Amino acid sequence: MAQFHVLAVDDSVIDRMLIERLLKTSSFHVTVVDSGTKALKFLGLVEDEVRNEKPHSIAAETDQVVEVNLIITDYCMPGMTGYDLLRKIKESNSLKDIPVVIMSSENVHQGLTEEGAEEFFLKPVQQSDVNKLKPHLLKTKVKNEDDLINNKRRIHNNAIPLKN
Amino acid sequence: MYSVAQLVEYTSSLFQQGFLDDQFNQLQLLQDESNPNFVVEVVTLFFEDAEKLLNQLEKEIGQENNIDFKRVDALVHQLKGSSSSIGAQRVQRVCIAFKNYCEEKNVEGCFKSLQDIKQEYTLVKTKFETLFKMEQQIFAAGGSAPR
Repeated sequence: MAQFHVLAVDDSVIDRMLIERLLKTSSFHVTVVDSGTKALKFLGLVEDEVRNEKPHSIAAETDQVVEVNLIITDYCMPGMTGYDLLRKIKESNSLKDIPVVIMSSENVHQGLTEEGAEEFFLKPVQQSDVNKLKPHLLKTKVKNEDDLINNKRRIHNNAIPLKN
Repeated sequence: MYSVAQLVEYTSSLFQQGFLDDQFNQLQLLQDESNPNFVVEVVTLFFEDAEKLLNQLEKEIGQENNIDFKRVDALVHQLKGSSSSIGAQRVQRVCIAFKNYCEEKNVEGCFKSLQDIKQEYTLVKTKFETLFKMEQQIFAAGGSAPR
């Protein structure tokens, strides 16, 4: 994997510009969208197809494979809030392992870690915040590689029961 | 013709007078050879965004005794966010006061806040325009703005 791919979600055009620049400075590959709905679309997750998902598939419903290593989202957005988006991601078999970070101008982080958010950043987000992202990405990378190894083992050794 | 010293002094005064806060420094740190106009671009975006929001606020506050406080609060919230993101501290402060008035459903307070915001916005816009003009002149003359 050449670069980590971060999906940033924010309804503010200025904050989108800022977060994109901050992430690119850290050498992330960045996609920016302006709503939770667009984020889910980008991730290949469409509402009524959530139930039909197979585990371990990324963007099973679309032809293209979209690999996103981290999602960073604004909390306060019209329509689907960052909280709604977080929950939808964690409820999805194919997306729940993607680390999610929440940003907000208000101190709203109570309950977010229980819902599965890795971190909370108070806006305006700064370089020092973005520098905290790599460990979360590396942790997921290691887990994905472990999963990959376990899957391969499972495929080749059908008779042997799963370890985990 | 502006000198670098004048630019430094001017920028410093903007911080001292509270027009700018540390977030503006953060913006400047994000500017480099690959993104040489980053600060101007973000601030220009802020102007466009702020002007749209101010127009909408005028319309809403113009309802006088029928003010939709929730809507006004939502608009001010956006302006508070964007001004905070570029370090426009005085604008951000007025937004906070404005939001409090919305919560109290204080019509007079909202009227006053709208005037304050328009004033602070106009002021900071002028300051930024001067700042950018100075930088541009120095750059055109072959110098470079200090970071």
